[in-house]
Amino acid sequence: MIWAKEETLSRQEIEAIQLDKLQKVVARVYEKVPYYREKMDAIGMKPEDVKTLDDLKKLPFTTKQDMRDTYPFGLFAVDKSELARIHASSGTTGKPTVVGYTKKDLDVWSECVARLAVMGGATKEDVCQICFGYGMFTGALGLHNGLEHIGACIIPASTGNSEKQIMYMKDFGTTLLVATPSYALRLGEVATQMGLNPQTDLALKTALVGSELMTEPMRAEMKKLYGDKLVVTQNYGMSELMGPGVSGECTELCGMHVNEDHFIAEVIDPVTGENLPAGEKGELVVTCLSKDAIPLIRYRTRDITRLMYEPCKCGRTTVRMENLSGRTDDMLKIKGVNVFPSQIEEVLLNTEEIGPHYEIIVDRKNHTDILTIRVELAPASMTDDYKALEKIKLKLRGSLRTMLGLDAIINLESPNTLQRFEGKAKRVTDNRKK
Amino acid sequence: MKQLTVFIENRMGRLEEVTDILSKNNINIICISLADTSEYGMLRMIVSQPAAACEVLCNSGFSALLTDVTAVKLPHHFGSLKKLSGLLSSNSIDISYMYALTSGDDAAIVIKTSDNEKAEALISEEYEILGASKVYNM
Repeated sequence: MIWAKEETLSRQEIEAIQLDKLQKVVARVYEKVPYYREKMDAIGMKPEDVKTLDDLKKLPFTTKQDMRDTYPFGLFAVDKSELARIHASSGTTGKPTVVGYTKKDLDVWSECVARLAVMGGATKEDVCQICFGYGMFTGALGLHNGLEHIGACIIPASTGNSEKQIMYMKDFGTTLLVATPSYALRLGEVATQMGLNPQTDLALKTALVGSELMTEPMRAEMKKLYGDKLVVTQNYGMSELMGPGVSGECTELCGMHVNEDHFIAEVIDPVTGENLPAGEKGELVVTCLSKDAIPLIRYRTRDITRLMYEPCKCGRTTVRMENLSGRTDDMLKIKGVNVFPSQIEEVLLNTEEIGPHYEIIVDRKNHTDILTIRVELAPASMTDDYKALEKIKLKLRGSLRTMLGLDAIINLESPNTLQRFEGKAKRVTDNRKK
Repeated sequence: MKQLTVFIENRMGRLEEVTDILSKNNINIICISLADTSEYGMLRMIVSQPAAACEVLCNSGFSALLTDVTAVKLPHHFGSLKKLSGLLSSNSIDISYMYALTSGDDAAIVIKTSDNEKAEALISEEYEILGASKVYNM
């Protein structure tokens, strides 16, 4: 099912909407946000100079640093009295980034999330358990309002107390799970430890995952846990842009459809800032077309993806962004090689002798980088034979060398010894920065 | 006879955790073997109730399993281990590992070979094989 007619417009129609909205939003930020006006004046640009969509390239970028510099409300384009809600990012380093919504913004948000929930298989009959942390984080309330908008029933379970989560799931007949991919996996583990069979004792049909990167092997792992019939799609967004609702996968699983009547997506070279041709991989840059409270122009997401404009088999014509292959700031440089944790994860999840959880540690000894990966032995691989365990390590080292061109130290540990995460997973420790 | 094998990573307190679980479940450790490997090791034990021990450890999140091994009583004099190893090698049976087990005034060993059944048949002609029920109750 396709929720909105805006998802199936011709390229020409989409671009006409985008240009009209872009001209209005640029004029509005120029008038209402001194920070934007100064940036545009500095390069001698006026709102009238935006004559075509191509002119977007001339506008300056907005970055996370800009949001910090204008903390808390410096980039807002409406008076505080117009605000209906405030959210903020976790802000693990420094001040959080603060975003606001007018009543209309909240409606657009619900609409955007409704579209991607429906494209991921959600229906009004679903009982949706939301295992994102409620609070300042946009994930939980974003999915909450979007799913409510399509008429589904919401269980605002939040995170934590996994046994209770499983109890709700079983007793309330949860059919749709909203969680980070790692927490979805964790819940499956807990259900199994509680003596349940997630495939037969739970009624789960759909999982809408987000807020951290999901790799294909992780999706496969989820289907293995909850049963092959489980439809797992991921969706994309970030609080700066709106929260969840920027894009999402349809059940064809060939990238995430961008809500193009509300956002313009571009891909740039993260080093030079130049726009890249369609199909090339680079940093995603997003312009918010429909937000009144804080309409960011050319926001640098630091997420790495590429854009695909070919229409999708599902019938939608909106551009798709490839599932993320990492973040520009997650990228590790080890012995001069660019390494994304997602590449390591892919190798680990393709090695059946070990479990899906891991930790990456990078050290520097005698001016040499050392990559150590802690993994758990899968319960089924337990053996009384040292040689068999060494073989698992050698196999893993070999696959990592093929993927990364680097040698890693593998630390094999017992099942359930590595830390489990309920929110965003923190799996990389870079001791070189200390 | 069953040996209990537990996978433990080389971290302070891991051995204590295993032995704590066993003692709380009134399981007696008859003998034990642990090598000084670097990151992880396999704790091999003969215990009074192997199946129950394996279950409680697995339920506590450890990787544990039961392996077939043989306990052999060896006379306490020169050359008895030599004779035993010669018996196995001349019949092309590999010794995977072995460790000692006390048995009153006599010496005894726990042995894992490439072919436990054949090894037991050969050994039993020359030596006394200690039965599971006897060892578990030592």
